[in-house]
Amino acid sequence: MIETKSLKQSLSLQLTSSFFVFLWCLIASFPIFWITIMSIKLPVDAFSSNPITVIFGPLTSQERSSVSLNDLIILSLLIFAFYKLRLKILSIFNQVLHFDFILKVPLFYLCLSILFLFLFRTLNSFSEQLNFADFEILGFTFEHYNTVWFERDFLKYFWNSVIVTSGVVVVSLTFGTLAGFALARYKSSLAFWILVIALVFRALPHSILVAGYLPFFMNSSEILRPLLGDLAPTLFGKPFAVIAVLVAINQPFTIWLMRSFFQNIPSELDEAARIDGCSHFQAFIKVIMPIMWPGVITTGLFSFMLGYNDYLVTSLLLDAQNQTMVPAISGLFNRDTSTTDQVVAVAAAVSITAPLFLLVLFFQKQIVSGLTAGAVKG
Amino acid sequence: MKKRDFYFFVVPSLLMMFLFIAVPLAIVFKQSFYITQNVFEKVEVETCTPGFLKQICQTKIETKPKLDENGNVIEVTDFVGFENYKNLLQINKFKNAVYNLSLYEIEKINFWKAFRFTISFCLITLPLVIFLGLLIALTVNNLTRSIKGPVIFISLLPFIITPIIGALAIRWLFVGEGILTALLEYLMQKDIAMFANAWTLELLMIIYRVWHVAPFAFIVFYAGLQTVNKEILESAVIDGANRFERLRYIIIPHLMPLIIFVSLIHLMDSYRVFEEIVAFSSQAYVISLQWLTYDFLIPDDTGNRLINRASTSAMLTMVGVSIIITPLLKRTWEDYREGKL
Repeated sequence: MIETKSLKQSLSLQLTSSFFVFLWCLIASFPIFWITIMSIKLPVDAFSSNPITVIFGPLTSQERSSVSLNDLIILSLLIFAFYKLRLKILSIFNQVLHFDFILKVPLFYLCLSILFLFLFRTLNSFSEQLNFADFEILGFTFEHYNTVWFERDFLKYFWNSVIVTSGVVVVSLTFGTLAGFALARYKSSLAFWILVIALVFRALPHSILVAGYLPFFMNSSEILRPLLGDLAPTLFGKPFAVIAVLVAINQPFTIWLMRSFFQNIPSELDEAARIDGCSHFQAFIKVIMPIMWPGVITTGLFSFMLGYNDYLVTSLLLDAQNQTMVPAISGLFNRDTSTTDQVVAVAAAVSITAPLFLLVLFFQKQIVSGLTAGAVKG
Repeated sequence: MKKRDFYFFVVPSLLMMFLFIAVPLAIVFKQSFYITQNVFEKVEVETCTPGFLKQICQTKIETKPKLDENGNVIEVTDFVGFENYKNLLQINKFKNAVYNLSLYEIEKINFWKAFRFTISFCLITLPLVIFLGLLIALTVNNLTRSIKGPVIFISLLPFIITPIIGALAIRWLFVGEGILTALLEYLMQKDIAMFANAWTLELLMIIYRVWHVAPFAFIVFYAGLQTVNKEILESAVIDGANRFERLRYIIIPHLMPLIIFVSLIHLMDSYRVFEEIVAFSSQAYVISLQWLTYDFLIPDDTGNRLINRASTSAMLTMVGVSIIITPLLKRTWEDYREGKL
């Protein structure tokens, strides 16, 4: 777009807006940054009221391990260099591996981190011989992560989270794409009423629905016995029951989002496929789906977030054995017995946030397009 | 597309929504008029204590839950009409409190306490979210292209974070002598306990919610700003409109559909306020409607879940949902009639 002179802004206005954006970025990232810092300190340092103590962790560096100043300098220089040279590295990587395959992106990051570690080690040993800025400043310890993952069963909860979220994503995408496609192509009052009802369902607080499930889920084996015989399961506490519930809760949003993506694909495309002799289903699978991947990925991300972030449904409908990570954290922060427990809870919180952080890192564009798809067009 | 094909595509999704949303709603509606209780029976119990020469025996009549042959407690479910609603709403007490204009007395009834908080929470956060989102969108739009990406990345973090974890992160900044409480105490020169007052807790919840939702408003408005017609802006400059007037008469009207969209989504979501209560452990001071239902659903000390009461409070929560959603439905209906949907 051509910048016209008449719309140019005064310097003071530009400075104010840059300052404001900077302030917002600080506010947006600070709590997350801070809990990450807290999670690698001993409780005394982590819950100190002096921010400098929390950042540098004097007690932690005394009693556990620490990073020296030259480590920090090398680390920041390396990160800066990698950031500056990222496109060059990528093109070299592409020249070496000039064919496409699924594991290319993960492989790239693996190579990158190996290179990074190698460079860091080499530079580090050099600087140690030079005896340059070699004093310890940043204390850190990973013992809280150790506690959370191995003593407080987070490994198990993590797997439960994986099972529940992947189930939710797969099932709700399968059902959602089918319904979204049909609703985008079939113009009738019936389609409209389905969309309206979905909108109403989208607004329901989830606790209302759980109040309806609970009695049935607890007694389901008795209720279903006449139908299924001895196979009748007790639904309460079972991951697959929770997956079904979350898929249903997610369906209204999924079909609205999918529908808006499908509307962007011209219907001439599937009509052409129909003339060539495809059935509706074949046209959908062979012609429409290959160009729908961006929309599917976006919708999948939102389903992932719903399944992963849910507290209410999972905490009420899963038993202790099948608990996912998010509700499991309430067992940690609610016991106010010691500050050690609190820091363990902080480490758990950071562990839960890490996958989401990676998600934004890799799928920023898709998330943004999902947020705007519903608004700008509908 | 033929009707038959349409059904084939839609059925799985509809079936899920029917089984896991419509049916539970109907069940909840029914449950709210019933009450399930243990059957009690009066038992004559003779207790004897050893005494001199002769045992001293007393017979008392005790009420005990009746057991069936397997040793399970027998439960009966009775139709009680609007009894559950009366118990929850406490209409008489509420009338008195309103008559006395006493907020304190209203706050003593759990339902109205939750209702008061939920509604005020929705209405206070709404303008803040819209305003902050608009401000960020306008300022980010001024930046050079190269740093927009990183700014959007950082802005997405509060939005994407698990709600309960985000609220916990705020809690840990303030809890006890957390750094921000320490800062506030230093600035105001007095002791502050953020987690021992209803109003400070509500303030923290509002701060958390605005922090969490503003990115969503920002992204939507930012996308809208990209489609503002530059020529109209330029002609406005020629006509002598200053920056504020251009914002007021061109940009805001252009963004209006988006502002309405974000408002409605935000009202829907903030009416469901729940995670904040859990993360701030604020149930002694502040509760919300959804938390009230949740609280009835978790087993109490004896392992009972108050399903009927939960259903009643759920149905009352529904009333609010239907009010919030009416404008959205109206808008959808108008879009449909104009053929825009």
